[in-house]
Amino acid sequence: MVKKMIEGSRAIAEMVGLCRPQVIAAYPITPQTHIVEELSQLVANGELQAEYVNVESEFSAASVILGASATGVRTYTATTSQGLLLMIEVLYNIAGLRLPVVLGCANRAISAPINIWNDQQDSITARDTGWIQLYAESNQEAADLHLQAYRIAEDQRVLLPVMVCLDGYVLTHAYETVDLPSQEEVDAFLPPFRPLYRLDPANPLTFGTLADPSCYMETRYILQRTTGKALAVIEETATAFQKAFGRRSGGLIDCYKTEDAAIILVAMGSVVGTIKEAVDELRAAGQKVGVLKVITHRPFPKEAIYQALHGAEHVIVLEKAISLGNGGPLATEIKATFQERPQRVAISSVIAGLGGRDITVDSIKRAVAMARERVLDGEFLDLRADLEIEEVA
Amino acid sequence: MRITIGAVAKPGSSRANKTGSWRTGTRPAFLQSRCTDCGLCILSCPEGIIFGQGKNTYYADLDYCKGCGICANICPVKDIVMVAEVK
Amino acid sequence: MENDHLFAPGHTACTGCGQALGVRLVLKAAGRNVITTDATGCLEVFSSAYPYSAWEVPWIHSLFENSAAVASGIEVALKVTGRLEQIKVIAQGGDGGTADIGLQALSGMFERGHDVLYVCYDNEAYMNTGVQRSGLTPYAARTTTSPPGRLSWGNARPKKDLPAIAAAHHIPYVATASVGYPYDLDKKVKKALSLGGPKYIQLHVPCPLGWAHEAALTIEIAKLAVQTGLYPLFEMENGVLSAVKKIAKPKPVEEYLKLQGRFRHLFQKEGGAEEIKTIQGIADENIQRYRLVG
Repeated sequence: MVKKMIEGSRAIAEMVGLCRPQVIAAYPITPQTHIVEELSQLVANGELQAEYVNVESEFSAASVILGASATGVRTYTATTSQGLLLMIEVLYNIAGLRLPVVLGCANRAISAPINIWNDQQDSITARDTGWIQLYAESNQEAADLHLQAYRIAEDQRVLLPVMVCLDGYVLTHAYETVDLPSQEEVDAFLPPFRPLYRLDPANPLTFGTLADPSCYMETRYILQRTTGKALAVIEETATAFQKAFGRRSGGLIDCYKTEDAAIILVAMGSVVGTIKEAVDELRAAGQKVGVLKVITHRPFPKEAIYQALHGAEHVIVLEKAISLGNGGPLATEIKATFQERPQRVAISSVIAGLGGRDITVDSIKRAVAMARERVLDGEFLDLRADLEIEEVA
Repeated sequence: MRITIGAVAKPGSSRANKTGSWRTGTRPAFLQSRCTDCGLCILSCPEGIIFGQGKNTYYADLDYCKGCGICANICPVKDIVMVAEVK
Repeated sequence: MENDHLFAPGHTACTGCGQALGVRLVLKAAGRNVITTDATGCLEVFSSAYPYSAWEVPWIHSLFENSAAVASGIEVALKVTGRLEQIKVIAQGGDGGTADIGLQALSGMFERGHDVLYVCYDNEAYMNTGVQRSGLTPYAARTTTSPPGRLSWGNARPKKDLPAIAAAHHIPYVATASVGYPYDLDKKVKKALSLGGPKYIQLHVPCPLGWAHEAALTIEIAKLAVQTGLYPLFEMENGVLSAVKKIAKPKPVEEYLKLQGRFRHLFQKEGGAEEIKTIQGIADENIQRYRLVG
């Protein structure tokens, strides 16, 4: 293993390269570009034996890796925001075809208005596609999750695509020390891809059939069941990773000072780091606060989340996405997790950091203070009071 | 029916579906008297179910023939005719 | 000719379907060592209703607009694993999936130089959804979204010149073909597959349902399209016209039009003769442009 001070995108590209994908297809979109630029350089240098396909759209990027994966090779693409939305039709298709491709999503806001900064609306919008979704807190975790993603996706008990989500700019463009494994270590952790079915004239199978009402529902049922079973494989993979590399990365959730906490914040991605700082400060001031990091968002680890949260008095879900017309999507799901459970916990929903709005330690402390007053229902954190907002009458 | 991973299907399995039941009224009759073995009927059948090798040996597999009548229409020597279905 | 059935019977194409015939002929010419893709459309529906499949070669359908991109992915996967020498890739789609919604992916595949043959089965409308107008619907044809009416003679625009668009990518091979000329088609598919790089064949496939013609007339109508000059058969190599199928004596377009319900209004409505003249003009222009006569 080599420790390097390295840009997040580059760390991810190097880790992806170590996973030996044979086909990479991508379309430029900020802030994902550094990842694929670096991969194209690895291919150009002959350091990665792969075909890098410069496609004409994200739609084709996803379609190219779909075709390549169905032919039996390991594939990679990365995108964000509008690019991910353009891919969505293909994302559903990839999952339905049970192709274990890996996609890096450099989380970014959705237009209009156009905004290139970080929130998680893009990948949250893709949550129902049948993909496994993992969210990284740090660049180390983002790199590690890419390696784990291939092993999870290609596991014969899973055979589902995996999306590794990492906050745009905050992670992709940040320089941090990242521990990158050697090729031998990666090869030992990640066996070569052995497809269950592939496009091959020697066994000419038909992929992408039409399923009518007599059998379509069973195809959804098995996807749902397999996705649920993937929870164990994700945990298992994180354990194997820890054994191989000596550090805890991945898994379903991660708890920080939650054991005795009366208030537990719940979040995904890089903001968890800031929340941990806030937790430390609040604890120093005598408040029993903790944070639960959701790493695996799909499949949704209901049981693990319930077990981690049910001892708290108040749970504050802070998220960088919104289901317009309803509220915080993660908060909604956590509320549902408590349905018909013995423990009742107050659950607050806070929308924060949309379109790159900074979430500071003070913002988090403010959210906690507000939640102490009342249960928050989709509260927009840090709205500017100095802006006049026009509204239709 | 077994639902495979990804709903992958086996090659040529459509043969289980006997589309001959689609015919309404007429079917092709191969007279096998003037046939020149030109093979145009084989090349023109949307189902691919006309067989034959050599003059006056051609026939259609009526298990699948939908009765479109293309073969009778294109036969240069009128050796194929559409006749009433015998039930 | 042998009948080796790479497209099996039992598929559920309409009686007399030109596309089913076209697919069978293309696969017959291509042989078994191919991997094929397909866009959403009639072909996908009538060939792959689970658990059944008419395909005897590996086949994948993904979506409506990405047949060319999926084929690109298959091609690079074969290339990177050293199998591209033995296995050919054929992408397929209907006219809507190719000329309209799939055009961007098609252009990308051409421009990147993938070693793929793309076959567009051109039945001149969105048949699978119930005969709506596509970019390849001919002038004055009735479709369900280009109906004739007090203010309309049917489709207001001529066919998009997709072979020219393909040729503008300067790809090695572009050809038009027709199920009315199976030997010509066979030759073109084989030639295309013998060349490296992207290839495009646009295959005219009559649709008895959408064109409202008798099922028995599929071949006859396909031939008339060629013999009138309305569907010129030609080849373009590296962007330049290299061969055409000559017509000894072009037939008047009426002979083609009158057999099809989609043009019936031209013979029934007052002023239809003028429209037929316009269509004759399109045929005459093709005859000149491609030097079809002589």
